[in-house]
Amino acid sequence: MSTNATGLNRITAVLGISALALTACGGTGGEEAAETDDTAESAGNGEDSAELEASGELTVWVDADRADVLADAAADFESDTGIAVNLVQQDFGEIRDQFVSQVPTGEGPDIAVGAHDWLGVLVTNGVAAPVELGDALGDFEDVAVEAWSYDGQVYGVPYSIENIALLRNADLVDEAPESFDEMIQLGEESGASYPFVVGLDPQQADPYHLYPFQMSFGAPVFGQNEDGSYNPEELLIGNEGGADFAQWLSDQGDAGVLNTNIDGDLASETFDDGDAAFQLTGPWNVPSALEAGISVEVDAIPSAGDQDAQPFAGVQGFFLSAQSENTLAATTFLVDYIGSAEVQTALYEVGGRAPALSESFESALSDDDIVAGFGEVGAEAVPMPSVPEMGAVWDFWGASQTAIINGEGDPVTLWEQMADDIDGAIE
Amino acid sequence: MTETTTTTGPKPEQSKKLTRRQKQAGRIIDATSMGWKLILFKIVVLGLLCATAVYASLVLFMNERWLVGSLVVVGAAALTWIYLQRGALPAKYLAPGLVFLLIFQIFVVLYSGYVAFTNYGTGHNSTKEHAVHAIMLQTQDRVPDSATYQVSILEESGDLLSTDELYFAVTSAEGEVYIGAEEAPLELTDEATVEDGRVVAVEGYEILPFAELLNRQQEITNLVVPMSEDPNAGYLRTQDGQRAYVYTSRYEYNEAQGTMTNSETGTVYADTGEGAFISEEGEKLLPGWRIQVGMDNFIRAVTEDSIRGPLIYVTIWTFAFALLSVVTTFVLGLFLAVVFNDKRMKSRKYYRLVMILPYAFPGFLSALVWAGMMNQEFGFINNVLFGGAAIPWLTDPWLAKISILIVNLWLGFPYMFLVCTGALQSIPEELTEAAQVDGARPFQAFRSIKLPLLLTALAPLLISAFAFNFNNFNLVYMLTGGGPRDVSAGVNVGSTDILISMVYKVAFVGSQADYGLASAFSILIFIIVGTISVLAFRKTKALEELN
Repeated sequence: MSTNATGLNRITAVLGISALALTACGGTGGEEAAETDDTAESAGNGEDSAELEASGELTVWVDADRADVLADAAADFESDTGIAVNLVQQDFGEIRDQFVSQVPTGEGPDIAVGAHDWLGVLVTNGVAAPVELGDALGDFEDVAVEAWSYDGQVYGVPYSIENIALLRNADLVDEAPESFDEMIQLGEESGASYPFVVGLDPQQADPYHLYPFQMSFGAPVFGQNEDGSYNPEELLIGNEGGADFAQWLSDQGDAGVLNTNIDGDLASETFDDGDAAFQLTGPWNVPSALEAGISVEVDAIPSAGDQDAQPFAGVQGFFLSAQSENTLAATTFLVDYIGSAEVQTALYEVGGRAPALSESFESALSDDDIVAGFGEVGAEAVPMPSVPEMGAVWDFWGASQTAIINGEGDPVTLWEQMADDIDGAIE
Repeated sequence: MTETTTTTGPKPEQSKKLTRRQKQAGRIIDATSMGWKLILFKIVVLGLLCATAVYASLVLFMNERWLVGSLVVVGAAALTWIYLQRGALPAKYLAPGLVFLLIFQIFVVLYSGYVAFTNYGTGHNSTKEHAVHAIMLQTQDRVPDSATYQVSILEESGDLLSTDELYFAVTSAEGEVYIGAEEAPLELTDEATVEDGRVVAVEGYEILPFAELLNRQQEITNLVVPMSEDPNAGYLRTQDGQRAYVYTSRYEYNEAQGTMTNSETGTVYADTGEGAFISEEGEKLLPGWRIQVGMDNFIRAVTEDSIRGPLIYVTIWTFAFALLSVVTTFVLGLFLAVVFNDKRMKSRKYYRLVMILPYAFPGFLSALVWAGMMNQEFGFINNVLFGGAAIPWLTDPWLAKISILIVNLWLGFPYMFLVCTGALQSIPEELTEAAQVDGARPFQAFRSIKLPLLLTALAPLLISAFAFNFNNFNLVYMLTGGGPRDVSAGVNVGSTDILISMVYKVAFVGSQADYGLASAFSILIFIIVGTISVLAFRKTKALEELN
């Protein structure tokens, strides 16, 4: 046995070594192949002829919904320029943090899809580069460009505008309300169990959905610079309008109109069952209501105070990596392909949100009543602040709204306390 | 392999002496040594491993990832060595597990340890070089109301004397053509042919075709051509090779001194070793970069008021939560195990099956369902069980704590039930019977005989259950999100937040992530859980000796 074993060992060793040698050969073979490619490339570069081929590849991070449209645009881009576009599908919610951590390692993409309110994080971390839209800037809706501007620079090509609006059950109420009180009155007269629903979290209320009412009392979060960008040093949330809004919140909480036990799912369920006359929500809840057979009309958000009830707009777009080695190709792809009416309209068709390019925006609005309803509100909306200081605002905002709606103290004191806390956290 | 067993067949008289076990061992050895299939399998797998490793390390070395590349080489060599040598059986069994342990556990732990000593977080995300690059990119302002220039990119023609230097040729609104390069400000030229507002040919130069632009895109996008000799007039830059715009730069970077100077106000921002450019007034330019900060994060975790206040409170609650969770689930699990272990109980099998169900559902799903059931107004519990009472299960600070314990009891008792059933069944019935013969009442017999035996067997599991609940993030996050918050406290920490959910808020919630501080907290949590586990294990060993 011992002789056998040594023999065996020898065979194993020989085989092992040959395997190693083989793989090593494989390795060098691959290397040689790569080298040949390189030489071919440099030879190609040397030729000053018309059939000169561009080399390189663009990497684009895109979510599943957008991928098909982008694939068409990428195919066009490749046939026009010879540069391949490698589309990598990512979960939309993951892209921001992945982008921030991958770009410094050199593993990040050249372009990624995202929402404008990420800009604070992207820019403060130095991972996004400005995109010069030049004259094309005027071709986009104002709110879209404002949203994608940060510190005087535009950081991406916007493609869609998303905002909330008032859904009305047209079988119950046949006219759009002019004011909040009128809406409640119309809702009550309609006989529905709930005149008006809006989804609120039991812990965090929902500052995003309640913002139009806050705006109607003249209490924006931050002041705005001349160019429309937010100035985080000018915190306006605690002004007089804010106090009025706090009082209003408390009154609506007492009256049962605002109820922190009705969360987003319950609110949309109530509306879909025909038990609510009005619902304040975004386009994401429309398909289920239509499926349930509700005749949905989209109205402007009625004002609760004496000013316009402007909601936040979220603008989606594509942005450029600061570490991209293909800036020229990437910018061309962004401005001339993603910024084209064809792609913008195609993106609208898969996403159902109003396009950011004015030309596509107009055609989408004339094409669909629901989109038109949201689009008209969105065109007047204010971009959600993207400054990093907004994080501190979110931390305190919702919890205080909950406390006020549930009557856990004097509304104005609670609101002022919140403004102080936000101020402290920002500093 | 012993020398007594041979493959050539033992002599008859020897074979009689061999026991059955020895014969069996001999057969196994024969099978393994003769198994050419196994050897082939080994060679193929190791060959694939080595091929992958060689390829991966080549790629890594070409990307100048020396450390990771060498680790791959060393790792693959070690694995090959382990499996090609004779013997070393323990290593052969442990190696795959060790590899995964190293990648998924040790590396993560060491990396968090490393991050805890840096200022990694929003605004300090990468290297200084990247930060400078980003600041320069982000602060080139287009001159307001300046024109868009159609740009063509040129190279000097002629094969021998030409340099690689690139030129911009732009047309003004009046149709005049200007040419300039990095060191040569724009100059008027009349030797150009213009078509549709774009220069298509210039004497002495060659226009680069689009494909060539793409091949040299970094050179082109980095090219800045001054508008005139006056530096304040700004410069031309193009991002897409088609259109150029006039920019001015807000900051100037002095590489020798490592300072940024604001070209308008003249304020100097210096690198003072804090991971960012900071002016004398203390104004910070972001992005900054990652640096080592030593113990700063740990000091901040225990000294900064806004953190220290909630830290003490949250630590106490975390201990209470973990301890109470273990106690309640264990008591209920044990009770049910004893009940369903009794032979007089009919259809025990089916009851047991039902008991395990909560364990079979994903925990986060159950937590979400419970959150719905505990809704103050529309929840099942208030509406059906309490006849429409408005009990604020999740929104009152104390009730929320109780609710979270109730839900954790629901999620956790099946596990305790399972392990208790197993342990109970391994305790011989004779012990109980003997005690009863000696006149012990059933409870007495259970308390002084079964329970100590059970505890000895289950103590390690109870300790690990404690460690698990100490970091039970899913439940807190899904059920209450850490709330309800005391809005007058002025910190973003709620009354059901445990340490790990607080760390999550520090690291990931909002737009100001602070990975350094969060890692420091994780290390503190690790130390706490580690110490308690070690102490508890010692204690249980003592228990074992008693028995």
